[in-house]
Amino acid sequence: MCVNPHHATTTRRIFLTAVGSFVGSFGVAPAFILRPAAATPASMAAAIHEVVGQAAVRQGKVKLDIPPLVENGNAVSLTVSVDSPMTESDYVKSVHIFNEKNPQPNVTKFHLGPRAGRARVSTRIRLANSQTVVAIAHLSDDSFWSNSVDVMVTLAACLEDLR
Amino acid sequence: MARALINVPRKARRGEIVEIKTLVSHPMETGYRRDNIGNPIPRDIISRFVCMYNGTEVFRADLFPAVAANPFLSFFTVATESGTLEFQWTDDQDNTQTASASIEVE
Amino acid sequence: MSVVLENLRPRTFGVLLLPALSLIALPASSTEIPTAQKQSDYESMSPQTRAIQDDDNVNPGMFWVLDGEERWGRKDGSSNLSCADCHTSESMRGVAARYPSFEVESQRPIDLQERINICRSRRQNATPFRYESKELLALSAFVAYQSRGLPIQITIDERLNPFFDAGRALFEARQGQLNVSCAQCHDDNWGKRMAGNIIPQTQPTGYPLYRLEWQELGSLQRRLRNCLFGMRAETYPYGAIEYIELELYMAWRANGLKIETPAVRP
Repeated sequence: MCVNPHHATTTRRIFLTAVGSFVGSFGVAPAFILRPAAATPASMAAAIHEVVGQAAVRQGKVKLDIPPLVENGNAVSLTVSVDSPMTESDYVKSVHIFNEKNPQPNVTKFHLGPRAGRARVSTRIRLANSQTVVAIAHLSDDSFWSNSVDVMVTLAACLEDLR
Repeated sequence: MARALINVPRKARRGEIVEIKTLVSHPMETGYRRDNIGNPIPRDIISRFVCMYNGTEVFRADLFPAVAANPFLSFFTVATESGTLEFQWTDDQDNTQTASASIEVE
Repeated sequence: MSVVLENLRPRTFGVLLLPALSLIALPASSTEIPTAQKQSDYESMSPQTRAIQDDDNVNPGMFWVLDGEERWGRKDGSSNLSCADCHTSESMRGVAARYPSFEVESQRPIDLQERINICRSRRQNATPFRYESKELLALSAFVAYQSRGLPIQITIDERLNPFFDAGRALFEARQGQLNVSCAQCHDDNWGKRMAGNIIPQTQPTGYPLYRLEWQELGSLQRRLRNCLFGMRAETYPYGAIEYIELELYMAWRANGLKIETPAVRP
């Protein structure tokens, strides 16, 4: 089967080659991981503080979908959704994802707005260890809401010989 | 050569909330790994993704090394009018890659 | 350049149910998995990892398939020929389902990668691609993708018998510092958990595949090297006949299961 540029259904996919900008690498070379001693629940708390400042962070409105047991920490599927009407006057400004045991506490930050229609974003993240993942939503009324999930990360069977 | 896979509905009704899925090929090298002789592999990640709808930003993401290789992002947007959705990925060195898709809104 | 893929519907791979075998009868090992229980390693994965494989929009392995499609049309070598100059991509349908297969000139089985490299050197007069190079992976992925959904069909004839026997012996031999055999985990204890993960039957239905551990696409040989390393056994070099023998046995063992390339695995 070859690829058909005139696919007839309502959903379509587009594939584009880069205009030469990204450095050529297509995959990652085998390597081992150096774990700097930076990751702690305290550094996650500090990163959260940087975002919320003195404001109270309430539990609720945010749903963080991550499997509780993960087969490989290199690609953990995550969906974060916020219960919000996403109107011009009541919407989600941003959603922040934090972790506590990776070398850095920040994972990603999504900027939304009323044009989103629905406050739901999916991605795949890396988790170095079993740990807690926290999602914090910043709403248009400047309130902060959060949710967290404890994730157990198992090692893959049979690793790579780097020699 | 990096590539992108985008999934956007070809058509939508005005006001319909549509899902957009994007996948870009990139190793997202964290900077914490070493090669097989012990040399650190330098950090090289996509740090920003933006989606513009007829020139207006409708979604943006700041990415850190904790985002998995070959970053996948799916999000929603309201189909307001026919036009072009533009996607841009930017890495640490400010290199950018763009893709676009058109959408017909009735 | 803008291209759209067909077959956007998610794929599911269920448990295989086969009628009576019609293959050449071979002595059955007492540890072999009964035919009715044969299943893809897909069944041993979490729903989240399956979801990555099921959707071509979300499966990073597709990047290699798309790259392979582009390379298919690229002229190369002193003959200045592309794959497309001799073969349509449609004609590749069913090919991956029959590999490893016997190669007359070298008088031994070869895998799909070697087949591609033989075409490069003999027909295109080009340098063969290195193992695990992005070029070879992309082309193997593209060719195997043409057989997606088709059942693996390996027939062991007289010429292949000695290699098949050697492959089976490798699968069943205790090896390495851990002194375990492939069969002990994957024939005798599949479905049980080890370190939080479900032990799969180890059926090579989706190669080359995107392994989350590698964060990229890789070949069956790469995976077998990981297995040997996991057993703390010496790994054979890439291209060793032992890998082909093992692949031949494993592909026969997977007969009837459908090709899933590019699969996603943890």
